[in-house]
Formats: sequence, structure tokens, C-alpha cells
Amino acid sequence: MKNEKKAHLLRFLERNKRFDGRKLDEFRKIEVQTGISRNAEGSALVKFGETMIMAGVKMSVEKPYPDTPEEGNLMVGAELSPIASPEFESGPPGAEAVELARVIDRGIRESKAIDTKQLCLEKGEKVWNTAIDLVTINASGNLIDAGALAALAAIKDTKLPKYEDKQIDYKKRTDKQLPIKKLPIAVTVYKVGPYMIVDPDAEEEEVAETRLTVTSSEGKISALQKGNEYPLTIEEVEKMITIGLEKAKELQKHIR
Amino acid sequence: MGIMIKEKEIVVPGEDLATGMDYLPSYGTFREGEKIIAGKLGLVSIDGRLIRVIPLSGKYMPKVGDTIIGKISDVTINGWRVDINSAYSAMLSMKDGTSEFIARGSDLTKYYSFGDYIVTKIINVTTQNLVDLTMKAPGLRKLGEGRIIHVNTYKVPRIIGKQGSMITMIKDATGSRITVGQNGVVWIQGEPENEMIAEEAIRKIESESHTSGLTDRIKEFLEKKKQRSDEK
Repeated sequence: MKNEKKAHLLRFLERNKRFDGRKLDEFRKIEVQTGISRNAEGSALVKFGETMIMAGVKMSVEKPYPDTPEEGNLMVGAELSPIASPEFESGPPGAEAVELARVIDRGIRESKAIDTKQLCLEKGEKVWNTAIDLVTINASGNLIDAGALAALAAIKDTKLPKYEDKQIDYKKRTDKQLPIKKLPIAVTVYKVGPYMIVDPDAEEEEVAETRLTVTSSEGKISALQKGNEYPLTIEEVEKMITIGLEKAKELQKHIR
Repeated sequence: MGIMIKEKEIVVPGEDLATGMDYLPSYGTFREGEKIIAGKLGLVSIDGRLIRVIPLSGKYMPKVGDTIIGKISDVTINGWRVDINSAYSAMLSMKDGTSEFIARGSDLTKYYSFGDYIVTKIINVTTQNLVDLTMKAPGLRKLGEGRIIHVNTYKVPRIIGKQGSMITMIKDATGSRITVGQNGVVWIQGEPENEMIAEEAIRKIESESHTSGLTDRIKEFLEKKKQRSDEK
């Protein structure tokens, strides 16, 4: 069945069309909503067509890691909840969920999007801990790009809680925002046959041979992640990076 | 006494439709004492003494004789389990699956495998809603590449039209092959552009099925679409 589906898709891609009439390098309708959760310090809901993913940021004060005593901590977690797709099971996160979290984490961390030095309260003792949690509401392809955009919108939305006498008062929120220096945008380019597509839906994702996630901010690459077992040539990788950088500009417009 | 509603009136579950024994409850209705009561949300249809409620939406209920499109969800030792877009799954036994001789212990995925779509027919539905299927009738086959779309089961008669008039019109206008299953699963195969037009037309029928003059509007829609693609 998978082969038939792929043959069917290739017949469409030959004509520069997708199943839903989009062009090869066209994203679905993107919606970004911030401040959706009252209890999280920052939150966002991102929709890419039918794909829907939610991100929340929780701030806490913790001991820094021994190798970075003057820097705040960053943690990204993702959950592929069973309501999102019949393929997802409840229980401890599987390889897919871990990959999603790691790719998004790497994008934010390696681009130095958050100036973690500013999140130090007391050297070696107390720093702000930024925990970003992602929950899928509906998985209809391209979770990585949607997740990365949600995480970014959520950290942009974050307001630090009041910190006084070594105590956090979550009920009182300050106007202070996270020190965000860059906007890392993830664009995953999928390869189906000889064609490169972005933002696949669930069906297209299923038949794609391989994918490359290009995370960049202002044209500078901060992270790359290749998925699936099929190989890529150097030319293909270059082509994918070009598409990834190009499309990142488009996605960035959705972050205010 | 007698009938309390008009033809094509919208009723909600629990609404009284008629009293007395002059009328008989049919699909979507039930009798309680003297009264006939609606069991579903939908339009009333009075056919002689029979009162029916045609639901506006809902899951497919398997019925003997329906030609449907199913998806193979499991391969068992004596046949295939088929997802028929209903609350109940169906069974296609080895003897009804193919007329070929199947040797003992052979690989059944050779005939139908996981995820394959088939056009099949319901031959039996028990009171427990165990559904049996067959592939031994004209037109029943495994479906190849093409797009599968899901539509409201109760709109299927409108999509097919009177003696297939509506679906024939779409087929002719788009040059696509289309199979509509009674369970609301539709398979379309054609040139990429035409396939999309066919899907759009079916979606239009689905959303405007309750209005009159639908055939003409769909005809107009198809012609307009065709013109546009010719211009390109």
C-alpha cells in the first residue's frame, strides 16, 4: 500500500502539485496563538493546517550545572499524546518524542537564542531554569517545524515570576522577559523520489524517504538533523539547506 | 390523533412523530405505547404508513447488500479483518476473499495486505453486528493508487444521485475513476488536477446536499473549473 501511495504522490509532484493542491515548497495555513495557558509563564499554540501543537514554559530557580555555574538551565521536553494520532501510545516517551525534543532543544541552545548568562541569580548556587514542554494535540505531519515554532513563540511570550528572598511567587508576574537574542526557526525538508517538499501532511510524511531539519536564525545555521535511513548526496544536502534557509524567512513572520 | 409532523421536517431524538396504530415505526424511530418517537436527529420521511427519520450525520451502520470500501486492518489465520469506517469491524473470510485456491499455510498478505483498500460487499450482519464480507460479485476488487476521502455516510445517496446521475457527471467532467462506498469512503483516481476537482465537487455536494437544484449547481461548478484549467 505504501508503494502505491508513493507512486500516487510522485505523479502529483511531477506536476508541481501536492495532494491538497499546494506547491512543493508551500506551507499550509499557519496560525500562532500565544498566552493560551494561565499557569505557564509563557505558552503558545501553533497550527500548521491540521497539525496542532502546544508549548508551555515553566520558570523555576535551581542550582546550575557544575560546568556552567553562571548560566541558566534550559530543558525541552516533548510528549506525543495518544489523542494526537492513532500511532501514538501513552507511556514513557519513545524515540520519536525524544528526537522532537532534542532537535528543538538543539535549535534553541546552539543558536544561543536565550542569553543564559543573564539568567544567573547567584553564581554556582541559583539560576533560572527554563523548562519548555511540548504537547501534541493533533499530529498531521511536520511536528518538528510546528513544535520549534511553538517553543519559540512560548519563550517570546514568557514573563518571569517574582523572585524575592530566595522564593518564587508564581502568583505575581513581573514584566521581565527572557533575554532572547535570536529567533531560531526550524524548517524540515523532506525528500520523496527526486523531489524536495516542505511541510508534508501525514500521508506525505509516511512515504517520504528522508528528511533534513535545518534550524537557522537570520540565515545562520545553528542545527541540522537528518532523519530516516535513506542516504543523501552532498548536492541534495546543499539544496535542502538552501530551501530551509529560504523558508525560514517566511516562518519568521509568524513570530512577533 | 395520527400524524404530528410534516414531511422533511427536522426532528430531535424524543420528539413525538405520531400516535395511534395507523402508522408504523421504521428506521430512526421507535414505538412507545401509542406513540411513535424519533430516535435520531434528522429529517422525517413519510412513506405510506411508514415513518422514517433520515439522520443528518452519524457513523455508518452495516447493512446487508451494501457495497462499501474497507481497509485491511489485520490478517488472521482464516481471512482478513477489515475496517469499514463503522463502529463495527468486518471479517472477510478466506473462502469469500478470492476464488483462487489458497494452499494451507500460505501467506495471505499476497492477496490483501495491511492498509490495502478494497471494494467489498456485505453478505451478512448478525444481531450482534458481526459483519461478513465477500469479494465474489461484479465490480468488487482491490483498489490501486488513488485518493481516499471520507464523507458523511448519510450524504452518499446525494453524491451518487438518481441512478448514479451525479457521480456519472463528475466522472465524465473530470475523466476520473470514482468508486463511492455506502459507508462514506470514496476512492478517486485520475489526473492530478482532475482528482482535486472531483474531490472539491464531492465536498460541495456534501455541504449543500440539503438544498434543491444541486445537480445544476454542481454542473456549473464543474464547467467553471474545467474552463479555468483549460485556460492554464
